[in-house]
Amino acid sequence: MAGSTRVPTRTPSQLSQGAAVSGGVGDSSLRPDGVLKATGEFAYSSDMWHEDMLWGFTLRSPHAHAEIVSVDVGEALAQAGVYAVLTHDDLPAEVKKYGLELRDTPVLAGGKVRHQGEPVALVAADHPETARRAAAKIKVEYRELPLVHDEATALAADAPVLHPDRDDHHAAHVPHPNIVHRQPIVRGDVAAAAARAEVVVSGEYEVGMQDQAFLGPESGLAVPAEDGGVDLYVATQWLHSDLRQIAPVLGLPEDKVRMTLAGVGGAFGGREDLSMQIHACLLALRTRKPVKMVYNRFESFFGHVHRHPATLWYEHGATRDGTLTHIRCRIVLDGGAYASASPAVVGNASSHAAGPYVVDDVEIEALALYTNNPPCGAMRGFGAVQACFAYEAQMDKLAAELGMDPVEFRRKNAMSQGDRMPTGQVVDSPAPVAELLRRVKARPLPPERQWETLGGAPDVRALPGGLSNTTHGEGVVRGVGYAVGVKNVCFSEGFDDYSTARVRLEVIGGEPVATVHTAAAEVGQGGVTVHAQIARTELGVTRVTIHPADTRVGSAGSTSASRQTYMTGGAVRHVCELVREEVFRRGRERLGTYHPAWATAELLLEGGKVVTDAGEVLAPLVDVLGDEPVEAVDEFRHRPTVALDPATGQGFGHVQFSFAAHRAVVEVDTELGLVKVIELACAQDVGKAMNPDAVVGQIHGGTTQGLGLAVMEEIVVENAKVRNPSFTDYLIPTILDTPTIPVDVLELADEHAPYGLRGAGEAPTLSSTPAVLAAIRAATGKALKRVPVRPEHIVA
Amino acid sequence: MRVTFTVNGRQHEADDVWEGESLLYVLRERMGLPGSKNACEQGECGSCTVRLDGTPVCACLVAAGQAEGREVTTVEGLPEFARRRAGGAERAAGDAEAAAELSPVQQAFIDAGAVQCGFCTPGLLVAADELIERKPQPSDADIREALSGNLCRCTGYEKILDAVRLAAARADETREVV
Repeated sequence: MAGSTRVPTRTPSQLSQGAAVSGGVGDSSLRPDGVLKATGEFAYSSDMWHEDMLWGFTLRSPHAHAEIVSVDVGEALAQAGVYAVLTHDDLPAEVKKYGLELRDTPVLAGGKVRHQGEPVALVAADHPETARRAAAKIKVEYRELPLVHDEATALAADAPVLHPDRDDHHAAHVPHPNIVHRQPIVRGDVAAAAARAEVVVSGEYEVGMQDQAFLGPESGLAVPAEDGGVDLYVATQWLHSDLRQIAPVLGLPEDKVRMTLAGVGGAFGGREDLSMQIHACLLALRTRKPVKMVYNRFESFFGHVHRHPATLWYEHGATRDGTLTHIRCRIVLDGGAYASASPAVVGNASSHAAGPYVVDDVEIEALALYTNNPPCGAMRGFGAVQACFAYEAQMDKLAAELGMDPVEFRRKNAMSQGDRMPTGQVVDSPAPVAELLRRVKARPLPPERQWETLGGAPDVRALPGGLSNTTHGEGVVRGVGYAVGVKNVCFSEGFDDYSTARVRLEVIGGEPVATVHTAAAEVGQGGVTVHAQIARTELGVTRVTIHPADTRVGSAGSTSASRQTYMTGGAVRHVCELVREEVFRRGRERLGTYHPAWATAELLLEGGKVVTDAGEVLAPLVDVLGDEPVEAVDEFRHRPTVALDPATGQGFGHVQFSFAAHRAVVEVDTELGLVKVIELACAQDVGKAMNPDAVVGQIHGGTTQGLGLAVMEEIVVENAKVRNPSFTDYLIPTILDTPTIPVDVLELADEHAPYGLRGAGEAPTLSSTPAVLAAIRAATGKALKRVPVRPEHIVA
Repeated sequence: MRVTFTVNGRQHEADDVWEGESLLYVLRERMGLPGSKNACEQGECGSCTVRLDGTPVCACLVAAGQAEGREVTTVEGLPEFARRRAGGAERAAGDAEAAAELSPVQQAFIDAGAVQCGFCTPGLLVAADELIERKPQPSDADIREALSGNLCRCTGYEKILDAVRLAAARADETREVV
């Protein structure tokens, strides 16, 4: 660990399961970090601890748009126990901004704040409360500026331009400087197709601002090193992306910023952007002491970007026989004050705007605004969630107009392998859209009136309103709804997407042991489990050690876009193959003379031995390895994609598509507008279930986040201020709100992907929401054009 | 101020505690027991659930001073707590064999795949263990009611239900054998 002399207590440890846990690709192996997590031993980022460490705290703007007239830190700095107070003027390097794609976000606000909660100053003190109280003594004088908070105020003739000096690569093609990025997709002849339509439906839909609400708050520990660099232990989704943004602001070369992934308490997109990383490093470098920062839940709501709220206008047409003729749509996403992932979200919203349906004539436009609202960026589903809510509402509306069953209407228009996306891209792997719908529909429905007990009072826990005891069944109506969605997998639009793995095979204690080292962020999804499974399968060993993720190995890319099993899984497999070839080469060299099969047979590694494809054992692996480990490191790339054409949106923009369908069964107290979701069945194609239990866990979790968006979750923003930054007021589903989630997993291999797998994490988040809405509409007869749906929408 | 209380059967002491510090903060930052988690620090998520003289509480809502002289059980103490409840003899702190053992509910969470990111897990384990202690054969509705104060963002709760059912079923088998 070059340069660092101080190591914190409880650093992330190697994960070894020894021989106790087995299982290769396709088995439901147990997590290698499971015992640590179940005993409280697992070292999350907020558990980092160092003797004589200080606590960092961030002073944030109370205003959404204001000029900073003056900042006086004198009184704060004079407090006992305070070691440093930093403002924009203290930033050490020329570079004072960072960002995922566009470097537009100030590390600390200089001259202006553009959203409520924007960081203005930092304090380091010997106790978190001392730091908080000192921050309260920083005197910041603001002069409030006019707000930009929706499309009308953003694009008005006299609208304040939030980023007047834009020189990013989207600036030239956007129609207004308060538009981050705009992507049209035009294909076919929509006017002619619309003329053919016998039934046309249109509607405007709204999606509220959803929060990732990962449970482990933004946190970490920065430890200054003797070489002038810094060691940073943090929870993130992509170490190397963080590093690329952190180092220039600190004025350090990247090799002086050494990052280690601390335990991550969930992510869901909310850790793609930096939060406390740079701040903790700045304080540590200034004070020459380790600095820990931990957001509380209130601060967390301001500390990360959210899912883009959206307004979506759609027109769908069909002929009387139920064939889609055309789609027109316009999707306006509110990106908030800084770009974050908005450009990519725009690309995703536009390219997925038609859903998994065959429709050759489309006119699509998606754009993201700069406003003074909270910045929005990545969240599970990434632009495809908003579109799916709207196009599935439209499909139900169109089916109703046509007098068709909504599932049959969808199945009639469902895409299959060989069909084209609106971008013209051919879907060149299985696309079992109709089959997924068939499967969820074929399930038996859950029994009615489950609240009834034998002769007794109803079990109100099974009713809408639950223990609030609001109904005993009167006014309760059941509804059933369906939805299906499509989500891209891996990074898109020409991005050079790769992952790196280092694999070492050696003899330890007389047994062959594989060590897998990647920078992939394990955020709960079980990547570490799958990497160990791949190593067991490819190297024929039992014992696998997972090295902590850090920046001492090449980038793994982000744990986003359902890509990590595909990409880092692919990298681990590829590098295991390199290791295996070296083992065989060494075996031939050292032992080849003992048996002709070394030269002639197809060789395999199985059960800790080199064997021929006929099953003959040539040598134990330990004999081939001796005391000389075999190690290899390399990158893995998926096939290239291209940028979408800026005018037509045409192009092979995505690597792979993932499909899921849901059936929702709800019961609604139609008098009070209370909803109980009884069952939320899902069918999804995952290509290959690398770890079947973990795949089902992903589908359960994604489904539940979709349920949250459907009926409860929204960051309420009024005049660019957040009204509910707490778990008291921002509600996520509890175990009482979450229904039974039966899951049907299909495994139709994608020949382009490692093991045929299909990224699985996001697709179930898409169709869950519109399925619940469809069910509530079926129960109530209300149009319901907005999520989350509220009781007042139902009883209105 | 100084606070002294028992955690997982062992007396702990912390000096220079600011009166506003929570039990959670003192456990995590002063006593080297960060197993109880800090997901909301406002009593909504249950990730800091510990037993205070046997009663499940959110450690973030208990002032450290309120724990003075009392007994706290955290996730770190669950194996020993469960063993002694089942009639096992007390074992010395640092007993390697004891340390390697898991309580039945911990084992069930691992086996059922109820752990993803794991941040909710410690609080859920303490709550689920208390449920099974109180109601050895809980119905699904009982489980949902008992765990409704513990948020999980990863699992959709299905495998958490599986885990509690599994722990209860295993306890039942053990009783039948006995």
